[in-house]
Parts: sequence; structure tokens; C-alpha cells
Amino acid sequence: MEKKRSGLSVLLAGLIKENPVLVLILGTCPSLAVSTMAVNGIGMGVAATFVLVCSNIFISLLKDIIPDKVRIPCYIVLIAGFTTIVQLVVKAYFPAIDKALGLYIPLIVVNCIILGRAEMFANKNSVWHSTLDGIGMGAGFTLALLVMGSVRELLGSGTWFGMPITVNAIDPMLIFILAPGGFFVYGCTIALVNRLSQGKAIKRKSFGCEGCPSAAACGNVVNERKGE
Amino acid sequence: MDLSKIGIILLSGVLVENFVLAKFLGICPFLGVSKKLDSAVGMSIAVTFVMVMATAATYPIYANILEPNNMGYLQTIVFILVIAALVQLVETVLKKYVKSLYQALGVYLPLITTNCAVLGVTILHFDKGYSFGEALINALGAGLGFLLAMVLFCGVRTKMESAKITKSFAGIPITLLAASIVSLAFMGFSGMV
Repeated sequence: MEKKRSGLSVLLAGLIKENPVLVLILGTCPSLAVSTMAVNGIGMGVAATFVLVCSNIFISLLKDIIPDKVRIPCYIVLIAGFTTIVQLVVKAYFPAIDKALGLYIPLIVVNCIILGRAEMFANKNSVWHSTLDGIGMGAGFTLALLVMGSVRELLGSGTWFGMPITVNAIDPMLIFILAPGGFFVYGCTIALVNRLSQGKAIKRKSFGCEGCPSAAACGNVVNERKGE
Repeated sequence: MDLSKIGIILLSGVLVENFVLAKFLGICPFLGVSKKLDSAVGMSIAVTFVMVMATAATYPIYANILEPNNMGYLQTIVFILVIAALVQLVETVLKKYVKSLYQALGVYLPLITTNCAVLGVTILHFDKGYSFGEALINALGAGLGFLLAMVLFCGVRTKMESAKITKSFAGIPITLLAASIVSLAFMGFSGMV
């Protein structure tokens, strides 16, 4: 990743090859929670993309100023600021989306994708590439939410973006818009991506959020430290 | 506040509105640390501890400082900073004075700062209009629910390790499918409170 990359490849990486939700397995909580309807998925995706692009730009700009030791708190404050902006804008102009997403809008601040990209990409790349990475990753997040949201909405309520599709012909399977359906659809989607990519995508053997400060919880670091 | 209300809040936190399985909060540690029983229990106790502490710290700040001064919009920034500082503080205090507790929970504490379950629980209290006492109980219930989910799921994963799984489903996907079934079991509690 340290090699020179063209802007286009940075932009496209997030969309499919390094899709944050389906390949990097970041941001699982919001992906599961808001993908009950396609429109919610888009709303969440756009909100998170805005925060991601802004935080990537600013962290990339400030990467030489922020001392290394306190970088995580600095990133969190920056991200929290942008999250608050989104929260207020959504509340003022899109009350329906605010109601549907509720708690998950303020929780964008602890979304691993954003902190993860700050740590993995924005603090060692140029502003231009960081912007593109933010747009690409945000689009990838939105795409994954849209796919999962469409599947769950179609199976769970028989509609798509609120339009009735199969609801009159087949009884919708309510379970898909409830919690178990979320886990199920997410698992199947990742399996499908694994199958289609056939090892071309970056293989992830287990869960992990290397970029986020909870990284140690998601890997072997805990066991290593315990063994000291 | 009478005993039955405490019971209801606690029960709904543990079973009905289980944070992991019904609300999708704290999925990362749920999937990441549930491989071994001892680390699953350690992590959950640390989460419970921080949830209660964070509620005790953020509730008065919001109710007494932010709300009266019309600064409710600062909630997200203030809460995340308070939680981060608090976790740091708790870690330092435990390290210095309560060695045994530090050895049990210490490694998990720094990981919890940006756990969405902790921030989520502190914000949820206000959406539900809990009083300070009720909020503390709710935080305890949410933590215990997290513990229950972790321990149960840990058992499921231990069994799964010896199973033969199709290549595309191996690893993450099959774990999510198992979580789906555990979550299905918890659906049975909905409507109980």
C-alpha cells in the first residue's frame, strides 16, 4: 500500500476489493443494525461517508502536527465533531431518517471504519489520496448496506425502497428484519463475496479491526499480553 | 423506586433488550473475544464495570451541565471524551491500588474506550428518560446481558471448532450464522417485559 498508487485505484479499492464491511469486516454494528430497509442503509451510508471523508481530509492535513502518542484521542475528537454536525443536519432536514437510525447516528463516532481508515490510511497518505480513500470506503460501506438492506427488506417486508414487490404474492418472512435475520444475511453475504473473489480479495482469517483501538480485543494480542 | 421496577429494568437489559443480540451493539468484542471462555468472561466483566462507571460519570454531566445550558448537542463529543478519560483513570487507579483486579481486567480496559456498547448505553438512558438510579441499574443490566451473550456464544463456538465447514463459509460467515441462531433463541424473550 506504501507504493505509489493512482487515484483511481485508491478510489476503487474501497468499493469492492477492500470493501470495509464485506472484506475488511469493519463497522459490523451499524451494518447489522440499520440494514433492515434499503433506504436506511443509504441514509446511514451517506452520513458515515460524510464523516469519513471529512475526518480523512483533516487527519491527513494534521498528520505532521498531531503528536504520535495522543493521536487516537485527537482523531476521536475530530470524528466526534463531524459526527455532531451530521447528527444536527439529519435531525433538522431528514427527521424520518433520524427516527429510523436513532442511536446509530451518534454512534458513527465509534464506527471502526472511520478510526480504522484514519489509522491505516489517512495518517500516512497525502490529502488527495485520503479524500479519495474516504469517498471509496464510504461508497463501499453504502454499497454493502444497500445490498444487505435490499435483501432484508425484500425478504422481511416484501418491499424495496418502500415499493411493494412481493408482499401481495408471498407472505413476508418477518424474521429477516429482526435481529437474527441481520446476522444471517450478513454471514451469507460475506460467504458469497468469499466465493466470488476466490482468494483475489484480501483474505481475512478471523475478525479484527487492526485500525481501531479495540484491535487488541479482536485478535491475539489479549492472549499474548496475558501470557507475559 | 420500588423493587419490581428495578427487576424489570434489569431483566429487560439482560434478556429482552440484550445489547449484542437484539440491539447490535458491541459486535466487535462479541465476535472477537468469544473464542475462549476466560477471555470472554474477563472482557464482559470489564465492559460491565466500565458501563456502570461511565453512566455514573456522564449522567450527572448531561443532566446538570449540558442540559440546563442548552448544550445537549455536545453530548457525543463530551461523552466520548469523558469515557476515554475515565477508562484511562480507572486503569491507572487499578494498577496502583487493586493489583488483583488489574490483572484480571487490565488488558481489556483500554479496548473498551471506543466500544459502541458503552457509548450506546450512556446515550440510551436519556432516550428512555431514566432517573440516575434507574440508569445505573440499566447499565448493570446491559453489562450482564453482554456477559450472558458472550458466555453462551463461547460455548457455541467451542463446539463449532470441531465441525467441518464449507470453504466459503469458514471463519467469519459461519460465526455470524451461529450468532443468528443464538439471537433467534433470545427472540423468545421479546414481549416478556
